[in-house]
Amino acid sequence: MPTSPVLPKLVGQRVKRREDPRLIQGRGTYVDDIALVGMLHLAFKRSDVAHGRIRSIDTSAAEAMDGVEAVFTGAQIAEFLAPMPIGTPFPSPDHRAVAVDTVRYGGEAVAVVVASDRYLARDAADAIVVDYDTLPAVVDLELAMTGQPTVIHSAFPNNLAVALVPSGTGVSASGVDDSAIDEAFAKAEVVISQRMMNQRLAPSAMESRGVVAHYEPGKGTMTIWSSTQNPHILRTFIAAMTGLGQDQVRAIAPEVGGGFGAKINIYAEEYVTAAISKRLGIPVKWIEDRSEAFVATTHGRDILGYVDLAAKRDGTVLGLKLRLIADIGAYNMLLTAAIPTLTMMMANATYRIPAIRTTLTEVFTNKTPTDAYRGAGRPEATYFVERAMDMLARELQMDPAELRRKNFIQPNQFPFVTQMGATYDSGDYEKALDKALETAKWEALKAERDAARAQGRLVGLGLAMYVEVCGIGPSSSLPTGGWEHSQVTIERDGRISATTGASPHGQGNETTFAQMLADQFGVPLEHVTILHGDTGVVKQGIGSFGSRSQAVGGTALHLAGAKVKTKMAKFAAALLEAHEDDLVFQNGMISVKGSPAAGKSFASVASYAYVPVPLPEGLEPGLSDEAFFEPSNNTYPFGCHIAMLEIDRETGEPTLLKVVAVDDAGHLINPLIVEGQIHGGLAQGIGQALIEEVVYSEEGQLLTGSFMDYAIPRAIDFPHFELEATVTPTPVNPLGAKGVGEAGTLGSTPCVVAAAVDALSEFGVKHIDMMLRPEKLWRIIQGGAS
Amino acid sequence: MAQISMTVNGKARKANVDPRVLLVHFLREHLRLTGTHIGCDTSQCGSCTVLLDGRSAKSCTIFAVQADGSEITTIEGLAPDGQLHPLQHAFWEEHGLQCGYCTPGMIMAAVTLLEDNPKPSEREIREGISGNYCRCTGYQHIVNAIQRAAEKR
Repeated sequence: MPTSPVLPKLVGQRVKRREDPRLIQGRGTYVDDIALVGMLHLAFKRSDVAHGRIRSIDTSAAEAMDGVEAVFTGAQIAEFLAPMPIGTPFPSPDHRAVAVDTVRYGGEAVAVVVASDRYLARDAADAIVVDYDTLPAVVDLELAMTGQPTVIHSAFPNNLAVALVPSGTGVSASGVDDSAIDEAFAKAEVVISQRMMNQRLAPSAMESRGVVAHYEPGKGTMTIWSSTQNPHILRTFIAAMTGLGQDQVRAIAPEVGGGFGAKINIYAEEYVTAAISKRLGIPVKWIEDRSEAFVATTHGRDILGYVDLAAKRDGTVLGLKLRLIADIGAYNMLLTAAIPTLTMMMANATYRIPAIRTTLTEVFTNKTPTDAYRGAGRPEATYFVERAMDMLARELQMDPAELRRKNFIQPNQFPFVTQMGATYDSGDYEKALDKALETAKWEALKAERDAARAQGRLVGLGLAMYVEVCGIGPSSSLPTGGWEHSQVTIERDGRISATTGASPHGQGNETTFAQMLADQFGVPLEHVTILHGDTGVVKQGIGSFGSRSQAVGGTALHLAGAKVKTKMAKFAAALLEAHEDDLVFQNGMISVKGSPAAGKSFASVASYAYVPVPLPEGLEPGLSDEAFFEPSNNTYPFGCHIAMLEIDRETGEPTLLKVVAVDDAGHLINPLIVEGQIHGGLAQGIGQALIEEVVYSEEGQLLTGSFMDYAIPRAIDFPHFELEATVTPTPVNPLGAKGVGEAGTLGSTPCVVAAAVDALSEFGVKHIDMMLRPEKLWRIIQGGAS
Repeated sequence: MAQISMTVNGKARKANVDPRVLLVHFLREHLRLTGTHIGCDTSQCGSCTVLLDGRSAKSCTIFAVQADGSEITTIEGLAPDGQLHPLQHAFWEEHGLQCGYCTPGMIMAAVTLLEDNPKPSEREIREGISGNYCRCTGYQHIVNAIQRAAEKR
């Protein structure tokens, strides 16, 4: 009789990652690690002016170089590559992968070189001479809205990419009714009004982008490796743009060195690399330099908010107006126009706000296009509302925690339909607040702050709540489809292979998904392999973004597993002469409930299913099945973040003393991995508050074009983060998991700014625009305006 | 072309290289040791950190010809006998990596950090790795990993 060790339950455990052995030994394969026989290298010649008409391009010196295979100008590329597609239904100007006659941002590609090695390709690109008629650069977004100093796209007067009708309370298909919002502000005893800039950021994954494309003329097929978050979406667009069928394109995301939203977009370089490989019939590679990434990879945020918050003097919030103006840069990319709509969608935050009115304008400027960046629209909403709440608390001299508590949506109000039309799935905001206050020792912290102030130190406390929209689906909310796919196969030897369309780039899906299947089938973790990131292996998928891997991808895996398990139980039932409903899968055995001795090993049942003699009636051989999962709604994780910060009175230098984060992502599969996700989100959210900002000159020249000028947070910039969790499961999926990838960026940014404002409260300051560079804080201390 | 010779991960290597070839490109493309990564072009990020004559160095800041005659250890050579180096083990145990791109450089920087200061405080670790960027972890688990490795030494 076979015996086997008792296997621990793995879901909910801090299981160390299965990805790590290869990565800590330098054995991972990222795009730049791929070398194919006969592969040539691409380099792009990029515009050094922000806005200009191309008068001439001289490629003769480049073409004459030994080892240069070909040089293509934008006009030549346009002969075999269609204009850039986008993924939203918004109107979009003509956008060529390589500029044909006009450049609209510094760094826009104007020509491309194909050469035998990357050094030579760069030399040749440098040898291309482009002559421009320089045009005025549109840099200031509010000036841009008036059509000044010029109009970038002739079909978009006043540079208005999107001028959306208002949304929120009283807005319906039949029109706009202002009575509720007007009444809220008429009744107000206090109104907070503030202009706030949520500045432009560079996502800056440590691995820049890269592509290898290999078109095989004999077969008529294309394989494309790209550092992308969503190989299936890449396949869809590459097929369309190269004139191939989706069955003829295989897209592979190998190890991907971080994405943060910026690797959702399908880029010009991906289309050009694929198109040139097809045209020349050889494999070609393009790897982005870091300085190139600063101009050629989409930026994030860059949205101006005019916020008006109406309240009674007892702290009851009556109404919110949010007028948003987004600087989207020179072109619409895949999701560009849709990102700021998420800011509108989340304007209701965690509060009962009886009336909300938002408006959104999106403006073209001569800058790198924006698109998703970790949080994508929700950190902006959180920032605007939480800053206004903090200002209200200060105005009313209320504890910022108590002001929030007074206005929370209550647990018994879920599902809660917001003024913006979203349906929050579940929540208990007061529980998260209380846990954060308890963890931070809020009252003691206030006493500590006051004691420090008594010594003349500038110490402040900040607190922020957040709710975000995650687990993006259903299909009505995503143009690509809002589902995820998985196929689970029990191999002949009883080991398990499973595919997922949720293609990871650091999230650890190989571990969390294996934990789930090991528990589901009662087998060791080591017997499960999770396959991802290759459309040749993973039949269908959408990708990893919007904190959806676990909530949507994990559920698809769970459902596919359940189908296979049902079938496997039928095979086991035949072998054991038992009823399939009476079987249990545990410790590598399938046995009759209550009599573990009466069982068969998992592997022997698997083996039988592939050589089924006799074949049980009504069954096909084999153990493999798939599931598509489309959630009925998004999920809405939430939390509370607290920060303590000190500002040096002499230099204005801010130092974070304490960061507490309480996050509620529903049920957690692997708390160790979840902690890592939150840490990373906190670092990026704090980075935005304190040190990160993309800056352009008045001529539209990028002034922060390298890591020398754009500050990526370092280890020394942070204190030890203190994390706690509350658990409020979602009813939207059977796992109860909400998603956690972006959460850290939401609460951290406004709570750090609130702490800085609090630290400088003796100077009468009410708001400080990010980033909080020492010089700006020093001026406030010296008596200047913020 | 210049002729160079160096010992890389214990093996003697000879090559003819263009004098402008960076050490990191020599390691990655000539020797196919792709565990050493490139994260920037201004020597800020530290993804390319290797040991040059036993000390951590950013291999994007050095021409291959400058490393002529030296001894180089890359991440692939950190655990020659197949056993994980204590730092590699600690990064695994403490979840000190997510996408893994900065990890080889971060580990190589930590090797020298711990040699110089075998029992560093949290603050000293944070200062010691501030020449290496990580965009995923917020550094906390990396700090934990280096502390753990220090305790195990």
